[in-house]
Amino acid sequence: MTDTEERKAPTGRTPTREHLLDVYRMMRTIREFEERVHAEFATGEIPGFVHLYAGEEASAVGVCSNLDGRDTIASTHRGHGHCIARGVDVVEMMAEIYGRKTGSCHGKGGSMHIADLSKGMLGANGIVGGGPPLICGTALAAKLKGTGGVSVAFFGDGGSNQGTTLESMNLASVWNLPAVFVAENNGYAETTSSAWSVASDNIADRAAGFGMPGVIVDGFDFFAVHEAASEAIARARDGGGPTLIEMKFTRYYGHFEGDQQTYRADEVEHARAELDCLKRFADRVTETGELSRADLRAVDAQVASLIDQAVDEAKAAPLPAEADLLTDVYVRY
Amino acid sequence: MARNITYREALNEALAQEMERDESVVVMGEDNAGGAGSPGEDDAWGGVLGVTKGLYHKFPGRVLDTPISESAFIGAAIGAATAGLRPVAELMFVDFMGVCFDQIYNQAAKFRYMFGGKAVTPVVIRTMYGAGLRAAAQHSQCLYSLFTHIPGLKVVMPATPYDAKGLMIQAIRDNDPVMFFEHKALYDLTGPVPEESYTLPFGEANVVREGGDVTIVTLGRMVHTSLEAAGRLGADGVQCEVIDLRTTSPLDEDTVLDSVEGTGRLVVVDESHPRCSVAADISALAVRKAFGALQAPVEMVTAPHTPVPFSSALEDLYIPDAQRIVNAVKAVTGWTR
Amino acid sequence: MDPVTDERIVPVTMPKWGLSMQLGKVTAWIIDEGDEVGIGDDLADIETEKINGTLEAADAGTVRRIVARVGEDVPVSGTIALLAPAGVTEEDLDAAVQQARAVIDAGVPEGTGAPEVLTAEAGGRKISYVGDGRDGDVVLLVHGYGGDRNSWLFLQEPLAAKFRVYALDLPGHGTSAKDVGDGSTSVLADAVVAVLDALGVTRAHLVGHSMGGAVALVVAARDPARIASLTLIAPSGFGPEINAGFLRGFADAQTRRELKPLVGQLFADEDLVTRQLVDDLLAYKRLDGVDEALHALAGALLDGDAQRGDSAALVAAVGGAVPVTVIWGAADRIIPAAQAEAVGGAIRHLIDGAGHMPHMERPGEVQAAIEQTIARAC
Repeated sequence: MTDTEERKAPTGRTPTREHLLDVYRMMRTIREFEERVHAEFATGEIPGFVHLYAGEEASAVGVCSNLDGRDTIASTHRGHGHCIARGVDVVEMMAEIYGRKTGSCHGKGGSMHIADLSKGMLGANGIVGGGPPLICGTALAAKLKGTGGVSVAFFGDGGSNQGTTLESMNLASVWNLPAVFVAENNGYAETTSSAWSVASDNIADRAAGFGMPGVIVDGFDFFAVHEAASEAIARARDGGGPTLIEMKFTRYYGHFEGDQQTYRADEVEHARAELDCLKRFADRVTETGELSRADLRAVDAQVASLIDQAVDEAKAAPLPAEADLLTDVYVRY
Repeated sequence: MARNITYREALNEALAQEMERDESVVVMGEDNAGGAGSPGEDDAWGGVLGVTKGLYHKFPGRVLDTPISESAFIGAAIGAATAGLRPVAELMFVDFMGVCFDQIYNQAAKFRYMFGGKAVTPVVIRTMYGAGLRAAAQHSQCLYSLFTHIPGLKVVMPATPYDAKGLMIQAIRDNDPVMFFEHKALYDLTGPVPEESYTLPFGEANVVREGGDVTIVTLGRMVHTSLEAAGRLGADGVQCEVIDLRTTSPLDEDTVLDSVEGTGRLVVVDESHPRCSVAADISALAVRKAFGALQAPVEMVTAPHTPVPFSSALEDLYIPDAQRIVNAVKAVTGWTR
Repeated sequence: MDPVTDERIVPVTMPKWGLSMQLGKVTAWIIDEGDEVGIGDDLADIETEKINGTLEAADAGTVRRIVARVGEDVPVSGTIALLAPAGVTEEDLDAAVQQARAVIDAGVPEGTGAPEVLTAEAGGRKISYVGDGRDGDVVLLVHGYGGDRNSWLFLQEPLAAKFRVYALDLPGHGTSAKDVGDGSTSVLADAVVAVLDALGVTRAHLVGHSMGGAVALVVAARDPARIASLTLIAPSGFGPEINAGFLRGFADAQTRRELKPLVGQLFADEDLVTRQLVDDLLAYKRLDGVDEALHALAGALLDGDAQRGDSAALVAAVGGAVPVTVIWGAADRIIPAAQAEAVGGAIRHLIDGAGHMPHMERPGEVQAAIEQTIARAC
């Protein structure tokens, strides 16, 4: 029950062509979205802060491709990937990042607070560790209402040290909640390496302390993530309680856009060249013949077009009006 | 039929009637039943001062004890509220807000606004406040002004059993996050309470005593202390109007201003510390919006700018008493330029 | 009274307004020692937990002693003043005062209090009612829209001295079930019948106010033999004109500020509208189900801005064997007093200086009219 294991690529499972195209599309959308935001942010047109998920796509998509309409996730400040993986509208997301009235949150939230409860996305969160307690709540609701829904809390290596995260893991075990805790260990909490800030060798080692199984996964390997997540989600759905999954990978960009990243070595170059999740996915599915390069390029083209559309529409969209400042503080005051 | 029950019983009745009416209402908190996993009695406490007693057996599976993990379970209550439950979570002493405030003021309070109107968070967080039980500095504070300051929260503090039941039922039915403040010294107070369910609106202050000479604006336990002072002053021929705010967010400005327009003199009585207090807030309101009517400066009667002391000798000096209110009223009635 | 004192001393006593009243206070004396008073003259302003009112003299005479101090609690039936002719000695008066003071200072004895609230059941609805009085004719008091059994508080005790008097809470009101179905007088009439059945009463006098008057007529029209007499106070349904704004406004009002002026329209003298009265109405309106009930009732009573009911037809259906009296305040701002003309075959009492609530503003006159009506029954 409390083992930590390294997951290898799965064998024996046959996903459909449609499924493979879907997950590839999703990862590609995240990648192109983030690359584009990186480029656009540099022009100075995007307000505030953005925290890019590029490099980590396999985690969001590997987990969320196991979820359905009954399920809820909570994310972090680095939330674009999770939003896209849960099907939040990409055009609305881009508009939100640009602070436009047509954005997912009507321009009131911004990059760090994009949410869509209708898609089971309880929001990116500006507070490190803000999500796990909320996920205990949505899991509790699902349990008491008997919906069979599972709730997934994404947090980073930084968030794994926050008291809220630790309390939530304990509570989820004590209440036997249908929850999954996903620690996305990209090696850094801002500038501080996770090797230094996490006292144990692995974040997943803490699982035993909270009475749940802990699993370590190569976060660049979509199929490994998918398999581990599938097991954890099934366990939760079947009333077996929570699991802690630790993804090990790296982020391609800084903590936020504008971060000079002087605290890093050259791991990003290496990762992009040798470990990249999209590259590995593509190599694998074409090798087995499940998909062709042409299939993948077709998706790439559609995604490129979608991102162009999103940016063009965002730049043209209206800003919120003065009256919008005061709306939606309460349902009714 | 209204019969005399205690403030505690009125709250228990409100919870029970709402849990009966709406199965999405659930209760959670430390020892809200009591005895979780322990070998002895279930529902051992029903909350540290017994407010939730009996609900555990009456509504199986809907009263949840928690570990001592405020940020996790208050956050869970908040998350559950976004997902279709109507949780009533207990923050046992408001003094503990420090360990879970983020979930309340950064998450619950802000979801609706940050998500562009696309979230509804109908959570009630009940909490005990106030001095007088010699519970010392970390178990006796008021702190409601900190929550009143936060857009997106509603803040409620009933002074009587009748108000407690009506405001609690309103809080549970309200679709915004509500901080529900219960003064620990009021639990045994009795008063007439109808058996039937009823609601009291938020943002409606209660004029508990009419009078034309001075306006006393107050809240929570200080309503009773203010009435005591008003009784003494009445015998001396000074008629005080005593206004119980009931809720500080939303705030009934009109009732306060109407009264000050009539009396021209304002004393605000607030058990909390003076800086950035509700007393300061009401004083500013009067100065900004009823300046022309004021005949004297506004007087604030509050605790001092100190933590709550332990020794009864000191705590009794800390808490505003009727004499201090009388003195403040005399100051505003006797004031000349 | 002590046999030593003079029997010509007539006490003025604290009235009992409402079956649960235990204490009252004189808030102002209108008369002074030495004044001559006639029956019905105003003597003092009295404040009780439930309501304020003016005490009218039940006897004529000279005010020789004022016993109760302004602002002190006096138990119901406690002597607050003494009337006596000139011949009565000061010593006898002093002794009488001493006795009276002893009663006041003793306060309210343990165990006295509100009578038991009984319940009947009508169509699945719980109906509350109270009763008191001596054996004899049964009188059932039926309140109007937005009222309750306490609407009769000035009348109930005096009538109970002569009859068996009951008052119910109609559905949607007081402590009865708040569901009123389609809000029709038929639903409300079922409740009245249920109370009569629960009491095992085969014949009763009905007194109905406003909407309660129409309800009383429905009950009588269903079974005229069961109803000994009908006293209708400003009954609804006798003409199109009605203050529709009041009915709707009362249902819609959410705050004391909104409610107070509406309640004022019920009375000729708006000073009768105390804070307590408005607060009690507000507390009633905030009970679960009352909002729906009042809107349903208002919807049933009104057709646009006009009255929907046809009470004259009900009177015809009741037939001439049941004596009918109609009482109306001349200053009624809810239903015009002229509609009294439409109550066929009725004896009419028009009361000057009273509004829509003559049983609260002029209880003495209303009581007299009720007693006369009861006397006409065979």
